[in-house]
Amino acid sequence: MVTTTAVPTLASGPGGLDLAGITASESSLRRFLHGLPGVDQVGAEARVATLSTRSIKTTAKAWAIDLAISMIDLTTLEGQDTPGKVRALCAKARRPDPADPTAPQVAAICVYPDLVEVAAAALAGSGVKVASVATSFPSGRAALPVKLADVRAGVAAGADEIDMVIDRGAFLSGHYLAVLDEIVAVKAACGDAHLKVILETGELSTYDNVRRASWLAILAGGDFIKTSTGKVAPAATLPVTLVMLEAVRDFRDATGRQVGVKPAGGIRTSKDAIRYLVVVNETAGDDWLDPDWFRIGASSLLNDLLMQRTKLTTGRYSGPDYFTLD
Amino acid sequence: MSPAGKKFEYAPAPESRAVVTLRSSYGLFIDGEFVDTADGRTFKTISPATEEVLAEVTEAGPTDVDRAVAAARRAYQRTWSKLPARERGKYLFRIARIIQERARELAVLESLDNGKPIRESRDVDIPLVAAHFFYYAGWADKLSYAGLGPDPRPLGVAGQVIPWNFPLLMLSWKIAPALACGNTVVLKPAETTPLTALLFAEICQQADLPPGVVNIITGAGDTGRALVEHGGIDKVAFTGSTEVGKMIARSTAGTAKKVTLELGGKAANILFDDAPVDQAVEGIVNGIFFNQGHVCCAGSRLLVQESVYDEVLVSLKRRLGTLRVGDPLDKNTDVGAINSAEQLARIRELSEVGEAEGAERWSPPCELPERGFWFAPTVFTGVTQAHRIAREEIFGPVLSVLTFRTPAEAVEKANNTPYGLSAGVWTDKGSRILWMADKLRAGVVWANTFNRFDPTSPFGGYKESGYGREGGRHGLEAYLDA
Repeated sequence: MVTTTAVPTLASGPGGLDLAGITASESSLRRFLHGLPGVDQVGAEARVATLSTRSIKTTAKAWAIDLAISMIDLTTLEGQDTPGKVRALCAKARRPDPADPTAPQVAAICVYPDLVEVAAAALAGSGVKVASVATSFPSGRAALPVKLADVRAGVAAGADEIDMVIDRGAFLSGHYLAVLDEIVAVKAACGDAHLKVILETGELSTYDNVRRASWLAILAGGDFIKTSTGKVAPAATLPVTLVMLEAVRDFRDATGRQVGVKPAGGIRTSKDAIRYLVVVNETAGDDWLDPDWFRIGASSLLNDLLMQRTKLTTGRYSGPDYFTLD
Repeated sequence: MSPAGKKFEYAPAPESRAVVTLRSSYGLFIDGEFVDTADGRTFKTISPATEEVLAEVTEAGPTDVDRAVAAARRAYQRTWSKLPARERGKYLFRIARIIQERARELAVLESLDNGKPIRESRDVDIPLVAAHFFYYAGWADKLSYAGLGPDPRPLGVAGQVIPWNFPLLMLSWKIAPALACGNTVVLKPAETTPLTALLFAEICQQADLPPGVVNIITGAGDTGRALVEHGGIDKVAFTGSTEVGKMIARSTAGTAKKVTLELGGKAANILFDDAPVDQAVEGIVNGIFFNQGHVCCAGSRLLVQESVYDEVLVSLKRRLGTLRVGDPLDKNTDVGAINSAEQLARIRELSEVGEAEGAERWSPPCELPERGFWFAPTVFTGVTQAHRIAREEIFGPVLSVLTFRTPAEAVEKANNTPYGLSAGVWTDKGSRILWMADKLRAGVVWANTFNRFDPTSPFGGYKESGYGREGGRHGLEAYLDA
C-alpha cells in the first residue's frame, strides 16, 4: 500500500522527506500526494464544531482580538478600486482606530498589481506590508509568461508579498506536475517577495484535494498557503483551514521548514476570527499564532474587531458610525 | 489546566450555577410525591470536583422499596395500562419538551454531581436524553407495527438500576421505552449521582404524569438489591458492572422476571494504516477520554497497525497535550473529575499494576486541582494481551496501546476478551469495514467514529457485556411481552 511507504517517512523527522524524489516526475508526485492520509469529512467537521464551542472571554478575548487585527491582510480587490480608495485603506491599516492609538496595525494591505505603487508609497516606513494578487487573479487563466509578467510588475512596484492562484483546471485533472512547475516559476519570479499560494478551496470540492493541494503548494516552495480568492463561494471555512494547518504542521515536523496559512473571504465577525485562532492554537500551536505565520484576508472584519475591542475597553457598544468605512 | 500552547491562555469561562436550585435534602419520589423514608437513612452526595456537599439524600430501606413497587403496581393497573397509547405518547412528548426547556439546569446539575465537563453534559448528555424521550414517545401508539406481534402487551412493573457515568442519559434509556410500552417503573439512580434523577421526578410532576408511573428511590447497593429481588416486579433492567450483573442474573434465575443487563466492556479501537490519521486520533481521544473514560463502551484498547504505530503515537501524544483537565463547569474543560474516591482508587490501582507488569506509562504535563478526585489522561504503550490493563475494565482515562500486523490478527485480539460491548474500525476501505464488522463480536461496531449514540440505534453487548438491547425498535422488545 502506498500509505505505508510514504507516510512513515514524513514522521521520521527533518530530512526524512525526499523532496527531489517526490517532485522528480508526474508519477512520483502523484504517488506521494495520493499516499497522504485521507481526511474523513465527518470527523474533520466534527472537530471544528467542537473547537467552535470554546468560550473565549475577558482577557483571552482581548488578546485574541488584538492578535486578529495584527493578522489582517486588509483587502480591496474590486474593478472599481481607485488610488484614493487604496490610500484611505492604507491610512486605516496604519491606524485602524482613529480614536484609539493602542489598536495594533494590520499585517498588510492586499491590492491588485496596478495599485501596488500607490499602496507602497502610502505605507512607506509603517511596517505594514504590501501584498499584491497576481497571476491573472482570480481565475488564473492566462499564459504562463503573462502570469509571470504580472508577478514581476507587482514586485517591481514594491510588493512585499505576492498572492498567486493555482491552476485548478490542471489540479483537478490530475496534472500535479504542471501545477507544481507553475508555482516554482512564480516563486522564482517573486525574488525576495513572499509567495502566498491560493488553492481556491471552494473549487477543490473535497478535503482530500485540499490536503493534496496544500502539500503541492508547500513542496513547490510557497511561503504561505491561502484558502481562497474571495471571488468563489464558499471561500474560507474552518474545516478547510484545519486541514491546511495540519499540512503545514506535518510538513514542518518532516522538514523543519515552516509555512504560513491564510484563510481569506467570508470571515466577517470577531467571533469567526476568534474561532480561527482557536483552531490554529489547538492544531498547529504557538508558532503559528503570529502575523508572520497566520493571516486573515478580510475587509469588513476589521471594523467588527475594533467595535468589540472598544466594547471590552469601555464596557459599552458604540455604533458602526464611530468606525471608518472604506 | 493544560492549554495547547503558552500564548493563548483561555480565561476561565465558568457556566453559572445560579440556574440550579438545590434543596438541602431530598426524600424519595413515590406515588407522585416526595416522601420521607419509612425505614432508611440519609447520606450526602458530593461534587467530585471539589468534595463539596451538594445535598442530603435518602437511602431507601426495604419498606420504602415495598411502597414504591406497590405504587407502581397500582399505577400500572389503574391508570397507565388503561390509557390509550396515544395518551402515553403525549406524556412522553411533554416530558421531552420540558427536558429541552430545562436543559441548561439539567446540564449544570449533571456536571456538578457527576464531575463531567459542562461541554459534554450540555452538548451530548442532555440533548440525547430529550431525543430518547421524543423517539420513544413516537413509538407509544405504533407498537403494533414494531414487528413484535399484532398487539404486544406491557410487562407490568419494571425495576431499573442505573450507573453513575451518564446519570440522566441512562435514566432516559430505561424510563422512555418502559413508559412508551405501557409499563410503570421504580428506578434507582447510583448513590454518587442521584440529583438529576430527583430533578427528573420534579419534571414528572410538572408534566402531570399520573402518580406512581415513575418512582425514584435513591440508595446504594442494598437498595438496588432489594429492588431487583422484589417479588412485585416483572422486569429488571440494569446497567452497571459485570460483577453486579452476574449477581442479578443469579438472583432472578428461576423467577418470571424478564431481565436485560448492560454491563462492562473493554472495547478495541482498531486503526489500520490507511486510516484518516488526524480524525482517527480524534476518535481515539473521544473513545477513551470522553467522560473521563467512565464509559462502558469506551475504546480502552487501541490496536494500531504496526506500520503506522510511530506516527500515530506522535500525533496522539501531541493531541493529548491540548486536553484541558479541570473545573467541570468551565465551558472549555475537556476532561473533568473522576466520579468518586472509590473509582479513583481503582483507576490508580490498575495503572500501578500496568507499570508493574512492564507497560510504559505516559501522561501529558497537566496540573490537577488539589481538592476533588482527579486523574491525568494516561496512555500505556508496550501493552500485551496478557497484561491486566488490556483485560480488565479500568473505567477511567487510561488507554492501553497494542499493535497488530494483519486484519485477522486485529480481529483475534479484539475478540480475545470476555467482554463484547463495542469496537471501532478506522480505515478508508469500505470493504474492510464490512469484513471487520462481520467478524467482531461486539454489540456496536463504529466505523471511522467512536462513542456516537442515537436513540434510533440499538445498543447492547455480547458475552459478559450483557444481554438485551436498548434503543431503537429493538429496545421495545425489552419492555413488551412479545
